[in-house]
Amino acid sequence: MDWTLIIVIAIIVIVVLVVIGLYNGLVTRRNRIDEALGQIEVQLKRRHDLIPNLVEAVKGYMGFEQNVLTQVTQARANAVAAGAQGPAAQASAENALTGALRSLFAVVENYPDLKANTNVMQLQEELTTTENQISFSRQHYNATVLDFNNAIQTFPAVLVAGILGFTKREFFDAEPEAAEVPKVDLTLS
Amino acid sequence: MATTFYSQIGANKRNSILLVLAVVALLGVLGLAIGWAVTGDPRAAIPSLGIAITIGLVASLVSYYSGDSIVLGISGAKEVTAEQAPQLINVVQEMALAANVPMPRVYLIDDTAPNAFATGRDPEHASVAITIGLLQKLDREELQGVMAHELSHVRNFDIRFSLLVGVLVGSIALLADFFLRFTFWGGGRRSRSSNEGGGAIQIVVFVIAIMLAILAPIMARLVQMAISRQREYLADASGVELTRNPVGLERALAKIALDKEPLEVANRATQHLYFENPIKAADGRSSNLFSTHPPAIERINRLRELYGQPKITDAVQVLDAAAMRASAPGSAAFVGGSGGPPPPPPRDWNRPS
Repeated sequence: MDWTLIIVIAIIVIVVLVVIGLYNGLVTRRNRIDEALGQIEVQLKRRHDLIPNLVEAVKGYMGFEQNVLTQVTQARANAVAAGAQGPAAQASAENALTGALRSLFAVVENYPDLKANTNVMQLQEELTTTENQISFSRQHYNATVLDFNNAIQTFPAVLVAGILGFTKREFFDAEPEAAEVPKVDLTLS
Repeated sequence: MATTFYSQIGANKRNSILLVLAVVALLGVLGLAIGWAVTGDPRAAIPSLGIAITIGLVASLVSYYSGDSIVLGISGAKEVTAEQAPQLINVVQEMALAANVPMPRVYLIDDTAPNAFATGRDPEHASVAITIGLLQKLDREELQGVMAHELSHVRNFDIRFSLLVGVLVGSIALLADFFLRFTFWGGGRRSRSSNEGGGAIQIVVFVIAIMLAILAPIMARLVQMAISRQREYLADASGVELTRNPVGLERALAKIALDKEPLEVANRATQHLYFENPIKAADGRSSNLFSTHPPAIERINRLRELYGQPKITDAVQVLDAAAMRASAPGSAAFVGGSGGPPPPPPRDWNRPS
């Protein structure tokens, strides 16, 4: 009688300890995702802040391609608005912005004065590095999401993840536009 | 992927400890031999044994904690800020992010020979140094390839092991040099006068001591060579894993390989730290056994193998191919049709790959 009680208590204690361990592990993983997302957001914000300066700097030179500038401005506004709609929506808006920026820089190549402008060169370098940092942070973020999603969908955490309120997280998706050639109107001159 | 680089970190930490133990032991034997040879009495060699072991331990501690400053100091490296070299700092920042290590300190070496190295005891205390020549000769994409290679060394803890190898092997060589001079000019005479009857044993010990003194630096040097070549291949591969772009690193290797200028600030103790062997042999083929780095062409071919490209026989081919791509009709509009060398196009904007 006493022995059964002791065994039952021991089993309960073990189960509780295992659940605590699982819970803590999942929380650590989830926090890593949030940290990685925070990193991406810092850089996205930086990019959003740089774009108006760039638009301002090239506006005077680019008589013909006002539509390229409008596209960039519009894409930026969409990206800023998408910030609150979750990683997947945000990723697609940011990808559109990346595409618009690529078109803009491709057009800049046609203006020797503009290309030689220190301010524009500086902004281009800043945007390039921000873009690269976004893509490296995104790799890191997606790796943490994969790790978390795997953890909550595999045994043993799968038994408790639902009850403890852990749900699958979204990837910050790889950009489909990356494979496309930027659409640039080169019919000017 | 994860397993290989974690096991690499483990191996480097383990090897660092083994290296320190080996160096202390080697110094101990040397100290004992020196003491014995000089006094002709094994018991009288105990103080010199103690001194040698202490030197080994102190040298290890100094190399571990301030070896990076020593190495940067003797290379004449100056720390740079984002204002002085914005693109360099940006590229390093990107690669630190990709490698998931803290931002290292960045140094410039005032030398026109293109090269770079990373050093430090761990990723939290890491530095990368590049020559002004490298910064001038490489475009952004190539610079990114080189920095990815360097930050792979940082992430893998290669920097710790290489630093200890450099400073400790350097100090063994120094000590052996000193011993050779000491026995020939001073010690030899004194031991003869103080202990005339030592005779044959003393001579044998003396010969062993000299042999040790000659062999120690050679052995140490061979270890240094053996370790760093495999490491370079691995860092190249991990670098590409970080940038997801083998072309930059490949072109950088080709450019640096074709540059025949030697790096003045590099010496025998620091050569293995560099991106590409800074002490260039007059004959490329002679570098096979005694070089700290695999030949650049071999490194390029290993990279090409990774992404299914045919092997090449001359580094010039890499640059020719790149020049051809840049002047291809399709991309002329992006380059702007200017003559001369292709301008450094930031790949992410105008060349979707």
